[in-house]
Amino acid sequence: MTPDLMQAGAARRAAYEAKAVGGKPRFVSEEPYFGQGVALYVEDITVSFDGFKALNKLSLTIDVGELRCIIGPNGAGKTTMMDCITGKTRPDAGKVFFGSNIDLLRLKEQQVAQIGVGRKFQKPTVYEQLSVFHNLELALKADRRVRASLFFKLTGAQQDRIDEVLVLIHLRDQAQRTAGLLSHGQKQWLEIGMLLMQDPRLLLLDEPVAGMTDEETERTAELFLGLEGKHSLVVVEHDMKFVDALTQGCKKVTVLHEGSVLAEGLLSEVQANQKVVEVYLGR
Amino acid sequence: MSGAPSLAMADAAALAPRGALLGARGWAAVAAATLTITVLVPLLNLMVPEDNALHLGDFYVSLLGKILCYAICALAMDLIWGYTGILSLGHGVFFALGGYAMGMYLMRQIGTDGQYKSAMPDFMVFLDWKEYPWHWALSDSFVAQMLLVVLAPGLLAFVFGYFAFRSRIKGVYFSIITQALTFAAMLLFFRNETGFGGNNGFTDFKRLLGQPLNSPATRVLLCVITGLVLIGFFLMARAIVHSKYGRVLQAIRDAETRVMFTGYDPVIYKLSIWTLSAMMCGVAGALYVPQVGIINPGEMSPAASIEIAIWAAVGGRATLIGPIIGAFFVNGAKSWFTVAFPEYWLFFLGALFIAVTLFLPNGLVGLFRRKSEGVRTGHDA
Repeated sequence: MTPDLMQAGAARRAAYEAKAVGGKPRFVSEEPYFGQGVALYVEDITVSFDGFKALNKLSLTIDVGELRCIIGPNGAGKTTMMDCITGKTRPDAGKVFFGSNIDLLRLKEQQVAQIGVGRKFQKPTVYEQLSVFHNLELALKADRRVRASLFFKLTGAQQDRIDEVLVLIHLRDQAQRTAGLLSHGQKQWLEIGMLLMQDPRLLLLDEPVAGMTDEETERTAELFLGLEGKHSLVVVEHDMKFVDALTQGCKKVTVLHEGSVLAEGLLSEVQANQKVVEVYLGR
Repeated sequence: MSGAPSLAMADAAALAPRGALLGARGWAAVAAATLTITVLVPLLNLMVPEDNALHLGDFYVSLLGKILCYAICALAMDLIWGYTGILSLGHGVFFALGGYAMGMYLMRQIGTDGQYKSAMPDFMVFLDWKEYPWHWALSDSFVAQMLLVVLAPGLLAFVFGYFAFRSRIKGVYFSIITQALTFAAMLLFFRNETGFGGNNGFTDFKRLLGQPLNSPATRVLLCVITGLVLIGFFLMARAIVHSKYGRVLQAIRDAETRVMFTGYDPVIYKLSIWTLSAMMCGVAGALYVPQVGIINPGEMSPAASIEIAIWAAVGGRATLIGPIIGAFFVNGAKSWFTVAFPEYWLFFLGALFIAVTLFLPNGLVGLFRRKSEGVRTGHDA
């Protein structure tokens, strides 16, 4: 290679890097890297609202394909933690990385979603006036820009993918029904289905079985266990039976209290932990 | 189960054949409307002799033309309010801007036939202006002014919408600042220095593209064009709301945070439909001015903008045909009421709005739908 060619290459690279550092890309094209086995890395994040510390130096690592349950009393900071990861709240300090290269704190909500983090809200949030099918279609992984949406046509493969998810969330026979007419548990499932349509690497699920019947809860646990491995899941839940079903006695559980991690370990271990019993389980 | 009827209807809409713009009945209705406006109206007005019972008087032609313009506004309002859930109480400003852009051209077309027999518009002579202000530079060109009809409201809406949506201003706060926007514009246009004729606005038009505006043929032609524009906009709106883009808009209306966490940028979606809606109002204003013969800052009054929202609400939001019916119903009632019981019109309008809010959450269209509940055709156009 001649020196001037190398020089030109270096100049182009410098220009590219300057652009990458300076402007925040509107639509994220950078791919997250999971080669080090870490899906989500949270370090020392602190959030305070009017002096009240909702999160206090919280650190957490979720491995690729891991299913992690997070428990903790009300006000422990579980929802605030999800807000920080998904770009809804900016922490005062700390780091949040997706894979080993994506700094989530730089991204806006929709960019976090585009890069592969799906979030389910505590209260089921679906598009009430649209049909179940159209709810899923909107969540389908596709170009999110205005022009692409205006001329969007479902391909056969995409149609099949929607069908597949409809079966998975047990709403196959309700596909043309308006989402607002579904039962509470069905709406929860629809929202989970919408997350799956986005094909995210990491799913954040905030109390996914709240308001579900026992049977629905059981089926949800089965569904999540089926997703484990393909996706990383973070499940915030109060229902100990559900947590027990998910961890199957061999997975780590994290206990949050007053904005930081109080204990981490097997469910049986943390249930035996004196501190945990004091703040949460014993009451 | 009080919300059930409306949800059941949306259900029927979702089951409508996908890909097809309209059903067979829908196309038949569009064809009938097109024939009525292009054949029946000119025939009854120009060909049928005046003493015949079937004759359509000039008064009714201009009333029809006026209401068709209002219907375009109501349709534009429906896209932004009914489908996207953003209530604008300032659409009158876009309507007026389109009207003023057309009015400037019409003022230049008067030539030396004005009161002062000057080449310049009367109000400029009156103010003793010797040359045209900068924004009148292109007013002699029909093409340039027609571009301004869509560009002026479009640009204002884009800039205003960009800052409002980026700052996540929503709901009633957004409605209030749109109201303030139109009010501020009205005050600006009231000033003589602004160069738009002050509180008198523009009037005394003579010609459009050399054609005399007071001839019956021109009036009918303008009415026909307005009708065709409305039908065209209706089909465009139909294509929009039945695309995935339209469903994203409805999703923004129902659960904006979910839309964001699904990876869509709501700002761009809202901004695009908001700007389009403003441009449609601009076109309506441009068609309105030559038919009514006057444009003044009164069109920017807060009440005028609120009326547009009332038409949409009375007819039925989130159904495209509803707001058109609403515009016809309210303005038809207005023209009859203000003759029969002039002092009671505003009471009636208020009562109508309250009645619709309380008893007809889906407007007049909802009433018909409820009646024909058994016939679930999915025909929501």
